[in-house]
Amino acid sequence: MARYVVDVMPKPEILDPQGKAVLGALPRLGFAGVSDVRQGKRFEIELEGEPSDALLEEVRAMAGTLLSNPVIEDFEVHLQGESEGAWA
Amino acid sequence: MKVGVVTFPGSLDDVDARRAVAIGGNEAVALWHGDEDLRGVDAVVLPGGFSYGDYLRCGAISRFAPVMTSVIEAAGKGMPVLGICNGFQILCESHLLPGALIRNDHRKFVCRDQRLRMERVDTPWTSAYTAGDEVTIVLKNGEGGFVADEATLDLLEGEGRVVARYLDDNPNGSLRDIAGISNERGNVVGLMPHPEHAVEELTGPGTDGLGFFTSLAAAAFA
Repeated sequence: MARYVVDVMPKPEILDPQGKAVLGALPRLGFAGVSDVRQGKRFEIELEGEPSDALLEEVRAMAGTLLSNPVIEDFEVHLQGESEGAWA
Repeated sequence: MKVGVVTFPGSLDDVDARRAVAIGGNEAVALWHGDEDLRGVDAVVLPGGFSYGDYLRCGAISRFAPVMTSVIEAAGKGMPVLGICNGFQILCESHLLPGALIRNDHRKFVCRDQRLRMERVDTPWTSAYTAGDEVTIVLKNGEGGFVADEATLDLLEGEGRVVARYLDDNPNGSLRDIAGISNERGNVVGLMPHPEHAVEELTGPGTDGLGFFTSLAAAAFA
């Protein structure tokens, strides 16, 4: 079993009203010094078989086709357990 | 003209859209999201609502519904397609129109009678209007902020593809006050306000939305 993680984030230049709402709520709860919050989505995708470059590409295709909208979002894919990955 | 109105799971305004099609002098045909058959229609309306619960992103899952395969193909051949609100979101997700619609900048759902200025009036959906007409049409959305990169916005304006623009207060943070756009050819139009709710004096702010539905009949006999 291979488990991949897809992180989807609004592009930096795109307004993120949800992140702004969280940013507004944190100081009210006593969390000081927060200068920005961006809210995205995380997908955990399980595939049959062992992790491989081919599976990684498959997940990247899913991310580009359905999980993210390239007009407003960037995504990053990695095998669960790995922290690094290239932003698409 | 036979005008199909697609019902997706979570569509709200499909019945109003069919009614508006009929009031506009055309025959309304109910289409089903799970069916690739367009039943011989001459044009298609993608109505407002919350298709697939707006899960993932508004319109993101509807875009892959079986009916959309046929709609995208037909639109490519020139069939008139009008996307209203959620339908506009679906058209953007389908890449039939550029840009995207994101959550309103003020983060609240907005429901109001909205003044608009009509700009592109050579489309099959807007030929009943005159460029510069100021109309009042119901607007109701939570994710109606139209965004696109600067190059795309410049292209839309340069090619005269802005169909309608918000007047008075910008209700949702749409860039350059854009309320509706078209594809290059003009047969595909996306609009955030709801003309189907402005076709009868009894309900809504008036009948300013009727032109979107009478334009088609005029086009058929032109």
